[in-house]
Amino acid sequence: MSTQPIKLGKQRKSLFKDKVMQLLPDGGNLNACLTCGACASGCPATGLAGMDPRKFLRMASMGLDEEILKTEWVWNCTLCWRCLYVCPMKIDIPQLVYHARKSWPRDERPKGIRASCDMALKHETCSAMGASEEDFRFVVEDVLEEARANQPGWENLEAPINKSGAMYFLNQNSREPVTEPDEMVPLWKILHTVGADWTYATKGWGAENYCMFLADDENWERIVRIKAKAVDDLGCKYWVNTE
Amino acid sequence: MRKTYGDAYAEDLRFVARRVVGEENFIDMTPNRSNNYCCGGGGGALQAGYTEGRRHFGKLKTDQILATGAAYCIAPCHNCHSQIHDLSEHFKGGWHTVHLWTLICLSLGCLGENERAYLGPDLAEVGL
Ligand code: SF4
Ligand code: SF4
Repeated sequence: MSTQPIKLGKQRKSLFKDKVMQLLPDGGNLNACLTCGACASGCPATGLAGMDPRKFLRMASMGLDEEILKTEWVWNCTLCWRCLYVCPMKIDIPQLVYHARKSWPRDERPKGIRASCDMALKHETCSAMGASEEDFRFVVEDVLEEARANQPGWENLEAPINKSGAMYFLNQNSREPVTEPDEMVPLWKILHTVGADWTYATKGWGAENYCMFLADDENWERIVRIKAKAVDDLGCKYWVNTE
Repeated sequence: MRKTYGDAYAEDLRFVARRVVGEENFIDMTPNRSNNYCCGGGGGALQAGYTEGRRHFGKLKTDQILATGAAYCIAPCHNCHSQIHDLSEHFKGGWHTVHLWTLICLSLGCLGENERAYLGPDLAEVGL
């Protein structure tokens, strides 16, 4: 935990925390902190950028908005909920962090996350690595054909794409089709073995959504809607996302 | 699990992990289930560019894995897999990081030759 003293000037109002409280059910309990430190002691991000979850919340309460809206710690925190889970007062620190991320001008948020979000907006595939509908179909069919031809006993292996009415609509993280396609085959074998009625789709197949991590609500929603529409258009009953 | 379906759902995956590696080979880390620590790959951290901070975050997970003495760590998702794999290399942890699908197919005897990128030499040829 950080031992740096925090200097307070004259009484400041906590505008940021109050704003976030208005958005959360029960105000995220943000005013209920007992300062017990359970959050900070189990947070792997404690100490990074001189910050920890308790300190972040206390600073928000004390109206040190400028400091907490500036700290890069909001990008070190993974929004993992460990603090919320152990907090006796169920204080939603991750939401406070999320809204602090959101307060950063979009073009000053981490470049890597932003690029992955922007890339996903390029195609209706929602792939953060920019793989197109044709790329995906080509890779899946190619890998499937090879597995069928070279692996005895798997001549009937399937990897359906755009199969209307399938029970399960399966998303796929871009990492496999783009960088290590053979890693998809074990998954197909498992689905085949259990007799699952499933399908990939050319639209909305990308499992990842970096716009969410970027705290870009509008595009986060846009991506979820594209995917949900793809599931509906195929009439699938379950949407399986592995992320 | 902590953020969505909770420990009951985690128990299903733990059941699968136990079955595919065998009860005697399953080593739990401490703390576990919803008390467990995040590995540090999520929330966009792998893409955020604060590499040093990300690895510092992952030191807790590294110590947890090393304390088990296990040769393999099963990762549930892609972010975890990338992060835990990187932690093993960076901190010279020596463990292998695998996806559950790899172990399921290995235990079913159907893991193909090209599907073994993350297995160590001890398992690389098993069942071929
Ligand atoms: S665990 Fe909850 S009550 Fe305790 S210091 Fe953290 S936020 Fe406050
Ligand atoms: S959500 Fe953020 S602050 Fe809370 S335990 Fe996880 S990393 Fe720490």
